Amino acid sequence: MYTQGLDVKPGDKAIPLESGTSEAEQGFQGRIDRDDRIEPKDWMPEGYRKTLIRQISQHAHSEVVGMLPEGNWITRAPSLRRKAVLLAKVQDEAGHGLYLYSAAETLGVSRAELVEQLLSGKAKYSSIFNYPTTTWADIGAIGWLVDGAAIMNQIPLCRCSYGPYARAMIRICKEESFHQRQGYEIMLALSRGSDAQKAMAQDALDRWWWPSLMMFGPSDKDSPHSAQSMRWGIKRISNDDLRQKFVDVTVPQAEYLGLKMPDPDLAWNEARGHYDFGAIDWEELKQVISGNGPCNKSRMKARRDAHAEGAWVREAALAHAEKRRARALKKAG
Amino acid sequence: MTDIAKDQLFEYLLRLGDSSLILGQRLSEWCGHGPELEEDIALINIALDLIGQARSLLTYAGEVEGRGRDEDGLAFLRDGTDYRNLLLVEQPNQDFAYTIARQFLFDAFHLEQQRALMGSRDETLAAIAGKSVKEVTYHLRHSSEWLVRLGDGTPLSHGKMQTALDDLWMYSGEMFEMDALEAALAEAGVAPDRAALRPAWEARVAAVIEEATLQRPDDGWMQSGGLRGRHSEHLGHILAEMQHLQRAHPGAQW
Ligand SMILES: [Fe+2]
Ligand SMILES: [Fe+2]
Repeated sequence: MYTQGLDVKPGDKAIPLESGTSEAEQGFQGRIDRDDRIEPKDWMPEGYRKTLIRQISQHAHSEVVGMLPEGNWITRAPSLRRKAVLLAKVQDEAGHGLYLYSAAETLGVSRAELVEQLLSGKAKYSSIFNYPTTTWADIGAIGWLVDGAAIMNQIPLCRCSYGPYARAMIRICKEESFHQRQGYEIMLALSRGSDAQKAMAQDALDRWWWPSLMMFGPSDKDSPHSAQSMRWGIKRISNDDLRQKFVDVTVPQAEYLGLKMPDPDLAWNEARGHYDFGAIDWEELKQVISGNGPCNKSRMKARRDAHAEGAWVREAALAHAEKRRARALKKAG
Repeated sequence: MTDIAKDQLFEYLLRLGDSSLILGQRLSEWCGHGPELEEDIALINIALDLIGQARSLLTYAGEVEGRGRDEDGLAFLRDGTDYRNLLLVEQPNQDFAYTIARQFLFDAFHLEQQRALMGSRDETLAAIAGKSVKEVTYHLRHSSEWLVRLGDGTPLSHGKMQTALDDLWMYSGEMFEMDALEAALAEAGVAPDRAALRPAWEARVAAVIEEATLQRPDDGWMQSGGLRGRHSEHLGHILAEMQHLQRAHPGAQW
């Protein structure tokens, strides 16, 4: 999840669409079609490797940048229990970042390179984390909607053709569903609370609903690489299908909270057996992805500052490890 | 236990719980800003342990007090003058070296204190300490390792680590200060004599500082007052941030 694919412009040749005819390529596709897992040492087409590196690293960056909007409320959490739960959640997200960087490294790229791509602005992360968390209810809304959308997107990735990614996702999905429940529980407490708390919950839903729908990426007709990703077993369900599934699951949850969805066109469609919903503002998504969201600059600044301010610490740790090794060698020799 | 002893125990539990809470709060400010991802995870881990300890201690304090205050009532609705944490733990994070120096000086004390409390005649306190000892053992290992890495690492890190240690040293004396309250509790076998924890702390601190190729600062004038509610300017800001929702929405459930 968190891989909206919007940084791939239609006509971008960086990732070639491949329909290889060589023996290796046909063997590879055969394994995918048989639902075999591809492992790091196996032969794979260059486009497959590049697509995975891009997707897994975007996912990892999103986990790490995603710590910021939630971290914003740890020191202000309204009870000690909520503080502990939020700390544990943000810790999980850091862990997700680590597993995903490790999964990406199996494809022959280093974590340092990937982090560099994030800090230089070359790599993307999910647009959702460029929105501000202005009230405590945002922590509830993020857990409920953002982690909820993440799960929807990630469950199919547990069956991804690339073994290390699929295995990382299995572990991550378990934790995300816990996050989703915790977020919903925050919303429930607010919506059963004082008028001010109810208003806080409604306001958070109003602000997070549309950006959550955008997390599924562009509509299928504008998603340039979906077909290839599907053929490679990296993507299993289309953006629009996942988005619809998310809407169908979430609307009754909002009703249970007594909150109103910020979409006048939202209505149950008996014939389709799904909810119809209003048009997504793709221009907003485009703007946020290209750097114009309310928090793009501050999120990137926070990551760059942490990296720059931590440089002397990382250097010291390396220097100490070197000295230790040298001392041990001297002792042994 | 007499009523007076209840008051004394309540006061002592605040001293323990508040130090864990405020240090946990300070550490959680690092979240998302650590020098590397692994360290974000480690600092959050320690913050989580400390906040967990604070919850147990403040919950118990509320029960001992018997006025219906729970962990949140005590954490979010007391003013700074009613907080009983050590001055050391409310000092700002500044940079990673200060954070490690603060943590190391506290952890080395905290471990001795919690070990001693495992033998408390107060069974609840002894049980809480039994759980904390395992956590604090890890905290001390973590802060000691970093003290050594930074002290021994590069000239830059060595300098930063020494400065942080020098600047925070004046808050170390308060950890071993005894007063009438704790003398009575020590007499009753509820709490350890703080002065008795000092030799083990001194030995540990000296050993790690030496391994880190740093200098142990001289014992100059020591700051004191946190345990009696006399705090630095920092605590007010910590509480303003931490307590704001509970204060802005009196009686709300979260
Ligand atoms: Fe995550
Ligand atoms: Fe999550």
